[in-house]
Amino acid sequence: MEKLGGLFNPSSPEMEALAGLTYYTIAITVVILAIIVFAVFYIIVRYRKSPADKEEPYQNFGSLNLEIVWTLIPCAIVAVLFLLTCNTMKAVDPPVDGHEPDLIIIGHQWWWELRYTKSGVITANELHIPAGKYMLARVESIDVIHDFWVPELGRKIDAVPGHPNYLWIVAGQPGIYLGACAEFCGAQHANMRIRVIAESEEEFKEWEKQEIVIPPTPRSGLAGEGARLFQNKACMNCHTILGTAAAARVGPNLTHLNNRQTIGAGVLTNTPENLNKWLTNPQKYKQGSLMPNMKLSPAEVEAIVAYLEALK
Amino acid sequence: MSSRLPLVPENTEPLPSLKENQGMLTWVASVDHKQIGLMYLIITMVFFVVGGLEALLMRIQLAQPEMSFISPEVYNQLFTMHGTTMIFFVVMPFLIGVGVYMVPLMIGARDMAFPRLNALSFWLIVFGGILIYYSFLTQSGAPDMGWFAYSPLSEKPFSLNKGPTYWALGLLATGISSVASGLNNIVTILTMRTPGMSMRRIPLFVWMILVTSFLLIFVIPIIASAFAMMLLDRLLGAAFFTPAHGGSAILWQHFFWGFGHPEVYILILPAFGIISEVIPVFSRKPIFGYEFVAGSTVAIGLLSVGVWAHHMFAVGLGDVANLYFSFASMLIAIPTGVKVLNWVATMWGGKIIFATPMLFATAFIIEFVMGGLTGVAIASVPIDWVVTDSYFIVAHFHYVLYGGSMFAIFAGVYYWFPKFTGRMMSETLGKWHFWLTVIGFNMTFFVQHFLGVMGMPRRTYTYHDFPYWGSMNLISTIGAIVLAASVLVFIWNVQVSLRRGKKASNNPWHAWTLEWAASSPPAVHNFDLVPPVRGRRPLWDLAHPEQPDEPNAKVID
Repeated sequence: MEKLGGLFNPSSPEMEALAGLTYYTIAITVVILAIIVFAVFYIIVRYRKSPADKEEPYQNFGSLNLEIVWTLIPCAIVAVLFLLTCNTMKAVDPPVDGHEPDLIIIGHQWWWELRYTKSGVITANELHIPAGKYMLARVESIDVIHDFWVPELGRKIDAVPGHPNYLWIVAGQPGIYLGACAEFCGAQHANMRIRVIAESEEEFKEWEKQEIVIPPTPRSGLAGEGARLFQNKACMNCHTILGTAAAARVGPNLTHLNNRQTIGAGVLTNTPENLNKWLTNPQKYKQGSLMPNMKLSPAEVEAIVAYLEALK
Repeated sequence: MSSRLPLVPENTEPLPSLKENQGMLTWVASVDHKQIGLMYLIITMVFFVVGGLEALLMRIQLAQPEMSFISPEVYNQLFTMHGTTMIFFVVMPFLIGVGVYMVPLMIGARDMAFPRLNALSFWLIVFGGILIYYSFLTQSGAPDMGWFAYSPLSEKPFSLNKGPTYWALGLLATGISSVASGLNNIVTILTMRTPGMSMRRIPLFVWMILVTSFLLIFVIPIIASAFAMMLLDRLLGAAFFTPAHGGSAILWQHFFWGFGHPEVYILILPAFGIISEVIPVFSRKPIFGYEFVAGSTVAIGLLSVGVWAHHMFAVGLGDVANLYFSFASMLIAIPTGVKVLNWVATMWGGKIIFATPMLFATAFIIEFVMGGLTGVAIASVPIDWVVTDSYFIVAHFHYVLYGGSMFAIFAGVYYWFPKFTGRMMSETLGKWHFWLTVIGFNMTFFVQHFLGVMGMPRRTYTYHDFPYWGSMNLISTIGAIVLAASVLVFIWNVQVSLRRGKKASNNPWHAWTLEWAASSPPAVHNFDLVPPVRGRRPLWDLAHPEQPDEPNAKVID
């Protein structure tokens, strides 16, 4: 049997606290539901009118005592639920306490920009974190409201333009945790996915080291042709590649696209063939995406793919 | 000064009379509360079918992962229009329509206090609906920003299409309609009751309509002004809700939910009213704790205006605001629970007749409690952080609005159909409709609770093939098809019963409120003679002079 995700697989202390609270609450509500359902079914069986019976039943108008009892019992239940809520809030959403953010997560229509404040790494959609270490993220948006949600790691938090929010991100064990934007944000809200890659401290350091390298720009061959096309075909109007004139922030930073597992915020796995398909017509795979179909010829696509693959 | 001068010239032309056959004009020009009420019911059923088809198309698209049955743009238009239609053009006008028909009859009045205002309210709903649906014909299609139209997505430059403009204008029209209905109901209920019909004797349905009407006149102006601001932003370049120009994205949410949460109670309180009429009649007992059912409604009405930000726990308002709104929201569970227990206690010890209205009312209790309990759970801030904007929420509010409001609406239609038309609805088709609804509804929405906590966000036109997501969505889609079939059975039942249904007597269910003293269907003037009102159940008192309700009926003095 495959493993159930989300709430059924809490993978951080925050999510464990959350799952615990949810299970307590579900237990209380299931008991209440069971009582009501039992009462209704008992009534259906016990108090059905037989066709022969012409008498009206005893006319009972109510009881003050019963009303008081069943007003006080829900009061008590609400008090318990509220105390559980207060107790869990800090565990689920630890306070910022004046820490500086390690990460800035910026929602774009329809991808995530990820900036590491200490190392200066800038990447997209795939968030590398050292397992077991708390990272404070500042969550922002550049256009409309988005929501950062990795169900196995914790709470949702809105990315609101003009209103930065803070979120502690931690994963107990190394692994890949999938998430998505949870606030409707336009045509491709469905394909604004998040991939949190939690790895050991060493692997994380290694990844960070690769990410800050400024790769040399190929001058010759197919990759060199691709580099020229990247400058001339308007790719650079939206994307950044370190070490070149391309420095725009409209689309994801492509310097280390090689290092990423997916293209288009989770639409395709990142292979040269898929990259080729994507560049030929991104609208086919992500209809409404802000990346237009640039009407590149197959030879041009191949050259640009070769260039992006050569950046190391 | 001559007192013989007439202030108003004498009318020499005969006024249009309902007795003459003038075809459609007798309807279009009518200011009769019964005709207007029926027109509300007919138009809402048309919108119900349209909104249902939109939902069905979405469920087909979601039947399997990565389907491309409809495009993302069309999907976004469909869920926006589905939500808008079901809330503003189905549940709300249906309940107001039943109120328009029943309130004057229940309080022994001749008509509403302002009959022409009543007609205006109805026609503004039609106008608003046409305006919104017309946007499908514009070049860029219908609005596609979701029924809560969060800014800045609903603003330029993120929505350059005309859909959101039509949407705001259309809803502005229905907003005027709602305020007018609210005022009309309040004045009617407060001033036009027949002698003896004190506020402590009016039927509970009338109580619920009264509280709903106060909510309407308090909260609709909030959203109407927000629509006006949104239109200023979109058409004249103002920047109320655009952060890039100094506005606030969160301000819109406060306005929207300041209206939007009380709106939930506008959609459910009249439904509670229907249930509070149906359950006693079919249990053959008076409502248990009348004062508490009415009083808890007032409590819900008051609390409902102070809980809006529980829709905004993920926005980042801070712990203090979040905890206040969490606590206030949980408090609503108390008066709501009191109501449910009073309904159960009404059935307890009764002699229950499970005709179709009672089947829907009984199922309502269970389905609504499901939706209510998930509602209490998500009032807890951390749980809300898990489930908000996921399919769990979709499941939750469909349990409240379909399992709650729609089940009550069906109960009400089966209950009052003989009064509306003079004919009974078919019980056989009614039972088919009921069971298909129960099966289809639970199949569609129960699994969505699990999809939500497993990580499926709402409003996504497709999804990856994660473990069990495909099969759960398929179950949900099959359920939606069953639910669609149930609606067809219902429409068929209405059609057949209108033509060939068994003739109904004035009081086929042996009910006790005044509308059953009028003929079926009621005469234009409603009553030849309003029966004397000496208690909450005038027709019980007439039938059982040896055992009148009062003075025993009062639980508290």
